[in-house]
Amino acid sequence: MSLVIVDTSCANLSSVKFAFERLGYQPEVTADAARIQAADKVILPGVGTAKAAMRNLQALELVPTLRALQQPVLGICLGMQLLTSWSAEGDVDCLNVIPARTVPLDSQGQPLPHMGWNTLTAVGDNPLLGGIAAPAYCYFVHSYAVAVDDYTSASTTYGQTFAAMIRRDNFFGAQFHPERSGAIGAQILKNFMELSDADTRA
Amino acid sequence: MLAKRIIPCLDVRDEQVVKGVQFRNHEIIGEIEPLAARYAAEGADELVFYDITASSDARVVDKSWVERIARVIDIPFTVAGGISSVEQAQTILAMGADKISVNSPALRDPDLINRLVDEFGQQCVVIGIDSFYDAATDRYLVYQFTGDESKSQQTRWRTADWLKEVVARGAGEIVLNCMNQDGVRNGYDIEQLRAMRAICPVPLIASGGAGAAAHFADVFLQADVDGALAASVFHKQIVPIADLKRALQQQQITMRITG
Repeated sequence: MSLVIVDTSCANLSSVKFAFERLGYQPEVTADAARIQAADKVILPGVGTAKAAMRNLQALELVPTLRALQQPVLGICLGMQLLTSWSAEGDVDCLNVIPARTVPLDSQGQPLPHMGWNTLTAVGDNPLLGGIAAPAYCYFVHSYAVAVDDYTSASTTYGQTFAAMIRRDNFFGAQFHPERSGAIGAQILKNFMELSDADTRA
Repeated sequence: MLAKRIIPCLDVRDEQVVKGVQFRNHEIIGEIEPLAARYAAEGADELVFYDITASSDARVVDKSWVERIARVIDIPFTVAGGISSVEQAQTILAMGADKISVNSPALRDPDLINRLVDEFGQQCVVIGIDSFYDAATDRYLVYQFTGDESKSQQTRWRTADWLKEVVARGAGEIVLNCMNQDGVRNGYDIEQLRAMRAICPVPLIASGGAGAAAHFADVFLQADVDGALAASVFHKQIVPIADLKRALQQQQITMRITG
């Protein structure tokens, strides 16, 4: 089982790598298109702003590669937002593999960023949440969010209810940081690594 | 619901965890990694590692332990201590720290906050504020270089003004350390924290004074902070984290209960 973490030239790829190593996998961190295409599973991490991250992906000439991937792909935090069509954070077009939009989170007066542990509510059949009992606390740090829509596979509430997880075909996204979400986060990453072809068929 | 956070703080010096009283007379508590792993297992929501001598000695936090911590724990952690450039922050974040916390260098060079936010995003940038209540003038005053008593000094800032300044520059979280309370375990400075909460639009973490489970309940219920940071009560195992969180949950404070 080969696993690639896309080197998006953002800081803090280490914690994602270490989380998979704790599960017994040996992820490769790379921006090489051929290596990404050949991997069984792909992680798209991201920290910082959508505009900077898309600029990095374009400079690395990875946009067409990422859009065409057929294997399971997991976008984490900003990486999830990059899977959507557009982000208000810098008014930037994203990868558009999931037709959702990333907009400012309406916390209804509560402090922003939304920072800390909050609970997931599964929406529909979500294979990444298998074996996880409520309350499923995960660690969030963000000020932008994807609104709940047909592609939402888990929701969380902080002021507004937003998409904590999204999914379309082989593309999965988590707004929180599973690599920093204790035993529940580890289970989500394990579930991702154990996805079968049937789980990701359109 | 977003849970309130319980945050053990580990003051690090020479790769060991230490703790002093009102920043003085540091005693060795133990090795970094076993303590970090223990707190994560007991249900800590986040950890903060302060290299307490770094700012005052004009040297950067020794970084090798940052990566070792990132390998073993699966909860978020922040590194503080002498981070005075984008390059230093980059190194620490690349090793796996989730956030960097800046205190004295931001007072010397406030534009550092903007540069860090531009480079890494607001979510990575925590500003630590050491605030001293001056009873004679009834003012909250910001201090710097508090890691070393001989260098600790008052700045020109009042605490509320500095808090507004750092938020305007993009700080993603504030850790407010109330110096009068630090290490004496008589409770958080509720009055000050409530005043700062009212003007703080980003997450606010209380620091200084925790000595009993009731102090945590007070600070969440009365000052509405997002997290409560403490050191000695956890190091000395006066308040076991798991018991604390269950007690707070029974008082209707939202807690992440593990195990």
